[in-house]
Amino acid sequence: MSTSTAPYEPKTNVGRITNYVDQRVGGSGMVREFGRKVFPDHWTFMFGEVALYSFVILLLSGTFLTFFFDPSMAETHYDGSYVPLKGVEMSMAYASSLDISFDIRGGLFMRQVHHWSALLFVAAMSVHMLRVFFTGAFRKPRELNWVVGATLLILGLAEGFTGYSLPDDLLSGNGLRIIDGVIKSIPIVGTYISFFLFGGEFPGTVIIPRLYVLHILLIPAFILLMIAIHLFMVVVHKHTQFAGPGRTNNNVVGFPVGPVYAAKAGGFFFIVFGVVALMAGMFTINPIWNYGPYDPSPISAGTQPDWYIGFVDGALRLMPGVWEFVIFGYTLSLNVLLPALVPAGILFALLFLWPWLEAWVTKDKREHHLLDRPRNAPTRTAIGVAGVIYYCVLWAAASSDLIATHFSISLNDVIYWLRALFILGPIIGFVVSKRIALALQRKDREIALHGRETGRIVRLPHGEFIEVHEPLDKYKQYKLVNFESHDVLPAQPNAEGKITKTEKARGLLSRIFFEDRVAPASPAEIRAAHAHGHGEVEGEREKKAEVSGH
Amino acid sequence: MARRNDGSPNTPDRVGTDGHAEVERFHDPGLPPHRPRLADKDPRAAKRAEKQVAILFLISIVGTILFFVGYFAIEIDEPGSSDLRLQNLLLGLGTAFAMFGIGIGIVHWAKTLMPDHEVVESRKPVTKESERAEAEQILGDIIEETGIKRRPLIRNTMLVAMILAPFPAIAIFRDLGPLPGDVLRHTMWDEGVRLTLDPTGTPIRASDVTIGSAVHVIPEGLNEAEHKLEEKAKAVVLLMRLNPEDLSPSEGREDWGYEGIVAYSKICTHVGCPVALYEQQTHHLLCPCHQSTFDLTQECKVIFGPAVRPLPQLPITVDAEGYLVAQSDFTEPVGPSFWERG
Repeated sequence: MSTSTAPYEPKTNVGRITNYVDQRVGGSGMVREFGRKVFPDHWTFMFGEVALYSFVILLLSGTFLTFFFDPSMAETHYDGSYVPLKGVEMSMAYASSLDISFDIRGGLFMRQVHHWSALLFVAAMSVHMLRVFFTGAFRKPRELNWVVGATLLILGLAEGFTGYSLPDDLLSGNGLRIIDGVIKSIPIVGTYISFFLFGGEFPGTVIIPRLYVLHILLIPAFILLMIAIHLFMVVVHKHTQFAGPGRTNNNVVGFPVGPVYAAKAGGFFFIVFGVVALMAGMFTINPIWNYGPYDPSPISAGTQPDWYIGFVDGALRLMPGVWEFVIFGYTLSLNVLLPALVPAGILFALLFLWPWLEAWVTKDKREHHLLDRPRNAPTRTAIGVAGVIYYCVLWAAASSDLIATHFSISLNDVIYWLRALFILGPIIGFVVSKRIALALQRKDREIALHGRETGRIVRLPHGEFIEVHEPLDKYKQYKLVNFESHDVLPAQPNAEGKITKTEKARGLLSRIFFEDRVAPASPAEIRAAHAHGHGEVEGEREKKAEVSGH
Repeated sequence: MARRNDGSPNTPDRVGTDGHAEVERFHDPGLPPHRPRLADKDPRAAKRAEKQVAILFLISIVGTILFFVGYFAIEIDEPGSSDLRLQNLLLGLGTAFAMFGIGIGIVHWAKTLMPDHEVVESRKPVTKESERAEAEQILGDIIEETGIKRRPLIRNTMLVAMILAPFPAIAIFRDLGPLPGDVLRHTMWDEGVRLTLDPTGTPIRASDVTIGSAVHVIPEGLNEAEHKLEEKAKAVVLLMRLNPEDLSPSEGREDWGYEGIVAYSKICTHVGCPVALYEQQTHHLLCPCHQSTFDLTQECKVIFGPAVRPLPQLPITVDAEGYLVAQSDFTEPVGPSFWERG
């Protein structure tokens, strides 16, 4: 073995250690690749970070909890230090959850950290997805990462529900019973699935340990895998950025990982942790000792599932009591099956398919690294708003009883109104938000063409009054005019000169999407607006002709 | 037909002109000029920021100490008391300060003292044409070397083998639970089984049930049953007494009650929550989970909510000693619908 150049000799101790590692894992290449990698900065990019960090907090606090939790449904008599439940018959799972709360120092704190960060995890993922949707970040080449993200949301829901059920308290037990009822409504195999899942009749003695394995092993492993894929793809694609001066589809403008971005993102982890710790220290969440052990007979009124399950529970509540059929001696319980599967099914099917749906309508197969301002994609924004309203009506329905008692109104009326809103809300939301987006675009266009209204009234020598418009600086103007706007693309004939049915449908959708679009101001239009009888040198007066907004 | 930019994937710089005949771009003014921060211009401001960051880190240290105070110094005599709440609060505040101190400190450091010049990096294509061609060649060679295309016998037998191989992995889960059989059709109730109070199991005399009252009931012997919770999940009953003239029993069910005392399954026919809310004045039973409402005077017919079927009635009578007993089991399965229910 011989080398022509002298081998590198580190001079400091740190250098020696670093060199040792480098020679064995090739760290230099990684540092070169990632050390100064650029990340664009925008406040809306932090929701994904919140989700990631709350998952890390979940792993940390959850690991602590596993050391003390006993996922067994064996019967015991409570002998801990919480007096009101002394001697009460309960499962080991519930007893050990009480022990964590009362007899392990800091156990209650960790339980609350775990629960609050779980709520935050799903919330952050949801808001992150909304951000990605409304800014069009799901477009090529990020469609698959969008799917990974939607999968993470589903996994997050599953992880949340399995964890919620573990303490085996009255509240979560009734939640499981609802799940059992829903499973039993599945045609043909429902009863079998129920018996396999619960190891026999509900509640049985195996469901808690089985959910525990799902909760601490299987689902977190999948979540970790999906997060790894998600972040890997972020690195491959590089982050999106908002359009603006100097920011093009071919570059990334922002701060380098080392040191600024790493410091901001790393520091942000501690801030998220601090927020969760503050909530866990100050606000009680899931006080299981108030509910008592699971017993199939009692129930407390006004109970709520964790927020992210609400939309399914709300759907169950909104469904009228109809459509249970007995066909050839078999029961088809659509009053349960339909609300349990269809609303969530529609929601997630549209979520998963949206990137391809939109690309099909626009026939846009280009790569997009610049984000849309939501107003600049009015139809997408309107569809997103309709989806949010659809979700929120279902979500509100999960609290129908609390809405009724809190506002002293009839429970039945609350349901009737929400049923109407379930249909009308998304339609109204679509129309209104599309009009708002178009109006904002028109405003942008006006401002780009004629400048900002200053509110200053000037009287001209010949007696006319005008309001002075102040021209935009070139950076602001570029931001207002530099965006893409799809136009209607009518149905196109294929190679044989025929217009297929699907192409006709696409053409129709394209018209619905873009027929009332507001085109961005073009350079020619801006020149025309400026050349309206007054040169730039005239300064304030140049806007004279724009007063009436011609 | 509108002209579009949908040709090649790399024409990103064309701006806002879809549908217009002429393509004209706005001139990109480039990144706005950098605005120096206070700390960039004034060394005293930089020094001040440095101190602020250090103070934030000190706050974090105080927070960590606060956590230890909360953990070790608080003696909890009685859980559920204010001691536990205080300890939890101190642990929370301590951790929060420890974390906020570090987090806000680092972010403040980054924002005030680290360079805030934005950097431009160009994007690279996700995949390069030369690499793609090479990869295609390699994959082609690999497939060629396996010979799988030339040897359909190998390919087909392997496919069948691989499709079949996972089935044992599914079948091995068969023993997750027993088959349903007809257990969902039967409960502990039977002829002569006494109605007893939930949860004590004390038998109930008909004369002790006053008009307007509602009693939560379990079958006698439930507390000693082998599968107590499973039996209870099916057998719980609500017992109510009304004025007999308020009830209008249908044909064949006239004698299922006793002097205005009637018993109905407490398990909701929707998805199985306990229907535990009894409105004495209206004689309505309300399920707190999904608000299905059952009218007791109409044999628990559903009058609101997502349930379809009425609550099953348990035929009752009194025994020789005046205790309430069941005449038989429920005449139909209780609880939520299932496929085989019929």
